[in-house]
Amino acid sequence: MNDMSDGYVTADGRQIGGVLMEMKNITLKFGGVTAIKDISFDVRAGEIRAIIGPNGAGKSSMLNVISGFYVPTEGEVWFKGVKRGPMRPYQVARLGIARTFQNIALFDGMSVLDNILTGRLTLMKKGLLSQAAWWWSGAAQEEYEHREKVEKIIDFLEIQNIRKTPVGRLPYGLKKRVELARALAAEPKILLLDEPMAGMNVEEKEDMSRFILDVNDEFGTTIVLIEHDMGVVMDLSDRVVVMDYGKKIGDGTPDEVRTNQDVIDAYLGVAHD
Amino acid sequence: MADAVAKGQDSAQSIPALLARNVARYGGYPAYREKEFGIWQSWTWAETAEEIRAMALGFLSLGVERGDYIAIIGRNRPAHYWAMVAAQMCGAVPVPLYQDAAADEMAYVMEHCGARFVVCGDQEQVDKIVEIEDRIHTITHVTYTDKRGMRKYDHARMNALEDVQREGRAGHHRYETELDKRIAELDYDSTCVMLYTSGTTGKPKGVVLSNRNIIETAKASSEFDHLNHNDEVLAYLPMAWVGDFIFSIGQAYWSGFTVNCPESPETMMIDLREIGPTYFFAPPRVFENQLTSVMIRMEDAGKLKKRLFDHYMKVARDVGPDILDGKPVSFGRRISYAFGNLFIYGPLKNTLGFSRIRVGYTAGEAIGPEIFSFYRSLGINLKQLYGQTEASVFITQQPDGEVRADTVGVPSPGVEVKIGENGEVYYRSPGTFVEYYKNAESTASTKDPEGWVATGDAGFFEEDTGHLRIIDRAKDVGKLADGRLFAPKYMENKLKFYPSILEAVVFGAGKDRCTAFINIDLTAVGNWAERNNISYASYQELAGHPRVYEMIREHVEEVNASVAEDPMLSGCQIHRFLILHKELDADDGELTRTRKVRRNIIAEKFGDLIEALYAGRDEIYTETEVTYEDGRKGKIKATLRIEDAKTVPAGPMAEAAE
Repeated sequence: MNDMSDGYVTADGRQIGGVLMEMKNITLKFGGVTAIKDISFDVRAGEIRAIIGPNGAGKSSMLNVISGFYVPTEGEVWFKGVKRGPMRPYQVARLGIARTFQNIALFDGMSVLDNILTGRLTLMKKGLLSQAAWWWSGAAQEEYEHREKVEKIIDFLEIQNIRKTPVGRLPYGLKKRVELARALAAEPKILLLDEPMAGMNVEEKEDMSRFILDVNDEFGTTIVLIEHDMGVVMDLSDRVVVMDYGKKIGDGTPDEVRTNQDVIDAYLGVAHD
Repeated sequence: MADAVAKGQDSAQSIPALLARNVARYGGYPAYREKEFGIWQSWTWAETAEEIRAMALGFLSLGVERGDYIAIIGRNRPAHYWAMVAAQMCGAVPVPLYQDAAADEMAYVMEHCGARFVVCGDQEQVDKIVEIEDRIHTITHVTYTDKRGMRKYDHARMNALEDVQREGRAGHHRYETELDKRIAELDYDSTCVMLYTSGTTGKPKGVVLSNRNIIETAKASSEFDHLNHNDEVLAYLPMAWVGDFIFSIGQAYWSGFTVNCPESPETMMIDLREIGPTYFFAPPRVFENQLTSVMIRMEDAGKLKKRLFDHYMKVARDVGPDILDGKPVSFGRRISYAFGNLFIYGPLKNTLGFSRIRVGYTAGEAIGPEIFSFYRSLGINLKQLYGQTEASVFITQQPDGEVRADTVGVPSPGVEVKIGENGEVYYRSPGTFVEYYKNAESTASTKDPEGWVATGDAGFFEEDTGHLRIIDRAKDVGKLADGRLFAPKYMENKLKFYPSILEAVVFGAGKDRCTAFINIDLTAVGNWAERNNISYASYQELAGHPRVYEMIREHVEEVNASVAEDPMLSGCQIHRFLILHKELDADDGELTRTRKVRRNIIAEKFGDLIEALYAGRDEIYTETEVTYEDGRKGKIKATLRIEDAKTVPAGPMAEAAE
């Protein structure tokens, strides 16, 4: 992959940029358990990068390392050419990294609109005191601007009809979409999606795939996603990292990965004789 | 003829001329509103005129010629209405198409009219055009309203409608003279719009409507209901349908009222509530669905609320329609109704979005008497009209104070109606269409030299009231084997009045007795199943459930009993029926895009089921091909039960009298 230092052009004609984030020899240990063993890969600006692997392969741990939630035991994370140290969550958000969760983490009692607005929290500049003096301090003006951004996302994800509905009353597929909306509200550079299609039916999966592609296309957001549905992964992503038992066993375009013997063995199993 | 010309001269003779008149008269009043990004954006008549003019100039820069056809495919948006008027300004003919039509259906229409320009709503529509572009070589330029997802397309012959307007504005010095010349050329006989009929039989036909048709009809019907520039409508019905053209362009430009466009099809109910239109049209289905959802929600309401609701709804049923019609009602009952209005009707109307409604219409299908009187009893002036694309909608309509569920009213102003020898309804009016495009044969067989048009519907005038009653499609009215009258639509409508029955298809022409296919309504039956602890995993399973069969059989038997009282139609009683395992769907060709049953196609497709109905079998195994939304095909397999329904012997009245 090193021959692509200045980016590459995908099969469907998109220009992919240089390296945005690089994982160098990441190892992550929980006590005696090694979740990730010496993994290196990079994420390029504008691409859709998938991480796949069987259950317990360490995919979610990897995503948590990328998001800064876990600090790797060994190895380095480079973001935009700078080595990243341990960070607090708000610092991660300010860097331009947003994510969705495998099990939906929304505020059930709040409306869709309010939930999405929470995604802009780190972008709000007015403090508590200014907000108390709502109109005079310019906090009102700021709120209008945030609302406008949120409305554009609502329009983009076609959820106008549930704008005022409490999230708790929505079906699963729509909640997933609201989560995506909230992540987008933070205007991220990198969007991390942890199993965006888990538990969805075919139609919902198609919708979600469409939205992921549109987000990438429209906003130029770099996307890193974990997914189980192989069809979806192969259709959506530009490059795929394959993990098994915490190790990287493959890395490349969907076609390269599909024909990789180690990957086939990991998924289909090998005879022990 | 001479005075017709004189009369025409002092009034606007085209939609663009009406637009200019409205700018002068109502310049500062809102003409269009659209909800976007959560806020209602509005355009005054003056702003609208500027937008449309810019678009027309842009069209000229693209090379639109006189007599070109411009197809418009998209949901109700101000920009799409503007595109129609802009097309007229250029001397071109707008052709709105159904946006949910598949690419193949569109290809036929495009090829038939030779559309050179296409205005698409979004990427989805553009994709269809790209798909058919290679087959029909007439398309020279495509524009789109929503820019989303369009960046990667080849823009050699494509751009955004907004950019077309921008070009128009930039080049206005170059094109202005030409545009003004073309606008001045428009007169009462130039084509206003071409609309394709949905076609219950055969290929769609292009109905050519002139400015005279549209403006005369709009004028007469606006005066009939005293529409004015303060009225508000919600434009949510397909733009390809003649009704939307009359309401949102014809009447809107004549009366100068505001056309409100919803944010998206899914938000229609929310938008309806926010706008609270004063003039509203909906097919019976919309009113049915609203009533069903109200009733379902009331089932789940608390005891006190439910008792209040039941009590005051009874009061409303008793006196509401009379109060609306201005008939005498005792003071005490009026007080009671006023309380009802305070506690129940007012809030309910607000929830439904009918708080401000002054005139409401329904048409297209028969409406259930209970549904009809429910809305009227709440004080909503819901009326019926009878119309056709070929008549620029209006043939008959109900005047205030003479409203009933089973008639379609008296002839609209300026319309003559007569009943033919075979019972078919004929009309002649200023709104009568010019011709079917490129189809002189059909034109001649529909419209006779004197201008009388056959509606294809059988009906009769009630002697005492002068109201028209429609029985059925004339060609569907047939005879049973023993010569008794067979009116399938009449029966189907009666069945469909039950909330649990979504669709019914009755067979029996030339046979010894009638049978029926039933489609259950998933919302209503699903809710009923939930309340009765009936579990089901799929539509198919619910449709085949014995308890559902039992319920439907009761409905069928009730209909049989009521039909038996009418000596003319007693032969139409349904002897056997089955519940279909799939919903009839326009994508499978079983319904038209306006959701009318295509009898012949259903009879052909489900031939095995009909055979089984008449062969006296108790169940039948069948495989049915279905088309999914994206055009792929699949198969559904099912074993359907067939049940008998009790019938009432014909002429019990006669026997009782002896």
